[in-house]
Amino acid sequence: MNAPLLKVENLAKHFPVRGGLLRRVQAQLKAVDGVSFELEAHRTFGLVGESGCGKSTLGRTLLRLHEPTAGRLWFEGQDLTELDTSALKRQRKQMQIIFQDPFASLSPRRTVYETLREPLDLHRIGTASGRKRRIQELLEVVGLRPEAIHRYPHEFSGGQRQRIGIARALAVEPKLIVADEAVSALDVSVQSQILNLIGDLQREFGVAFVFISHDLAVVQHISHEVGVMYLGQLVEQASVERIYSMPTHPYTKALLKAVPKPDPQSDDLDAAAASVLEGDVPSPIHPPSGCSFHTRCPEAMAICRSQTPKSINIGSETDPHQVRCHLVDPALSLHIKHE
Amino acid sequence: MTRINQPHPVLRVDNLCVEFATTAGQIRAVDQLSFSVEAGQTLGIVGESGCGKSVTSLAIMGLLPKPAGRIVDGSVLLDGQELTRLPEGRLRQLRGAELSMIFQEPMTALNPVYSIARQMTAVLKRHQQLSARQARHRAIEMLARVGIPRPDQRIDDYPHQLSGGMRQRVMIAMALSCQPKLLIADEPTTALDVTTQAQVLRQMVDLQQELGTAVILITHDLGVIAETCDQAVVMYCGSKVEQAPVADLFLQPRHPYTAGLMQSIPRIREHKLDRLPVIEGQVPNLAALPPGCRFAGRCPNREDRCVQQQPPLTERGAQQFACFNPWNGPVES
Repeated sequence: MNAPLLKVENLAKHFPVRGGLLRRVQAQLKAVDGVSFELEAHRTFGLVGESGCGKSTLGRTLLRLHEPTAGRLWFEGQDLTELDTSALKRQRKQMQIIFQDPFASLSPRRTVYETLREPLDLHRIGTASGRKRRIQELLEVVGLRPEAIHRYPHEFSGGQRQRIGIARALAVEPKLIVADEAVSALDVSVQSQILNLIGDLQREFGVAFVFISHDLAVVQHISHEVGVMYLGQLVEQASVERIYSMPTHPYTKALLKAVPKPDPQSDDLDAAAASVLEGDVPSPIHPPSGCSFHTRCPEAMAICRSQTPKSINIGSETDPHQVRCHLVDPALSLHIKHE
Repeated sequence: MTRINQPHPVLRVDNLCVEFATTAGQIRAVDQLSFSVEAGQTLGIVGESGCGKSVTSLAIMGLLPKPAGRIVDGSVLLDGQELTRLPEGRLRQLRGAELSMIFQEPMTALNPVYSIARQMTAVLKRHQQLSARQARHRAIEMLARVGIPRPDQRIDDYPHQLSGGMRQRVMIAMALSCQPKLLIADEPTTALDVTTQAQVLRQMVDLQQELGTAVILITHDLGVIAETCDQAVVMYCGSKVEQAPVADLFLQPRHPYTAGLMQSIPRIREHKLDRLPVIEGQVPNLAALPPGCRFAGRCPNREDRCVQQQPPLTERGAQQFACFNPWNGPVES
């Protein structure tokens, strides 16, 4: 197999926490702490987790919108972490991002034409007349009418604005798009339209997506591989089929149980509330010792408080299923039984 | 389930019409809306942004932004008392005591510069004439009932010291501390993570049933409706398109909009779908509503008369719907 489109290895992003009179660095907030995964063209990597787990920081670090603190990042075999500014700018033509809030991510003073023209100008794509044609094409691709071209963002609904955001990301024909909660702000009927649009674009143009969301149902629908993130680390990652049919990390299990089901026959609220995790996500500035999930884990053992679990593949070579949990460690389960 | 038998519903909303003055002219945000809620019952109002669900709750509370928004017709009866014509002073006495509200974003609903204790006891001292000591005691008791650990210590925290889920629990405790007859919860768990959402909903439902409070739960999430409500009202473009007991609604939605909403919710499925079912098109602009059914432009069941006439609300058993050609098909799940 060729080199994957995107390869992430032990990526970390730490933010210094300053305090005191002299604004000295007092601690490191480990927003992303040793994340590895690979992504091929035509595929979508779904990233789920609760607020504050570091999924948005990871998304931005992938594009070097945040400078990574450690780790490597290859895009088509090229190490992104080593690129200088101008090389990075050229590389960014291949990598785009769509943001959550279509109200905040579009300039209110620019028409759709101006918004979509900017990336084409920046990356010097096509001639002047070619650019105009390209913009008209883009509008058609994302399902907006041609008249939209001279309108301002306030004249559109949330779903239409998100289509403009998608058109802007597509303008430079990227190979990778990071979609950060791209459908979370939309109403359900519009949300499914946009999800279908993303699916169509992927089939047509082969774009790879890193799809960040807190919504497990949306992630299941859109993704091929899924990573579950907790306090800066991927605690479980596997194909979408494996994650949803055999969730293994206690955190993944709890997340899946907590989703409200649109079925009044089920007593799920009780089940969900009963299985629900105690307490809140601990502060990433002072993460718990050992396994960072042990403070909320219903299955925590003594070892979880002291030792950080390794990532273990419980799947196969061709269908990997990585879990960071002592419970799946064959060496340890023997040891625990002896205790 | 504890139900207090009462001859009248706690809240009866009848033919409520709310209009807003905008630059595009007079806009009707809520149109001829009627429903009622009984003690201990939870009524869900579901719909997408702009359907009028939040405006309805503000109208009931007497909190419509003035002077742009006003109730132009209809009545809101709380325990037989007409609220729409009450002077502001009287409404103030009722809010917090007889009817209370929880908002979506607890951080903006709580005052960041006052401790939880101060904010909670202010309500109790004002409406229940408790002494400072009694009020604090009651506040701690309420915090314990919504599952806040070490409430006697946490009560002296400020809002920023609490997590989102804790803040929303404080809001619930505060809203129910005077044992109001009616609680309106407007998207109470939308800003919370799924893991916290289930807990907070559970605690709200438990406490409501203990106290026999009538609840209106406003949400865009049909999953939340399915798990917490007895009755549900589906709104579209300011009017009620369907109302039914929750079990019936999910079993057989009759309005094509309800059916479309149910199908388009992304849900965790055993087998992934290639494409999600969608409701084609967009919500019409409230300033330029079509003459017939407001959903006609997006409706798969549309007939000629749907475009010309507004379908009246039809009752069938416990279910009401406003549609000439109701949905009969199954809802894929």
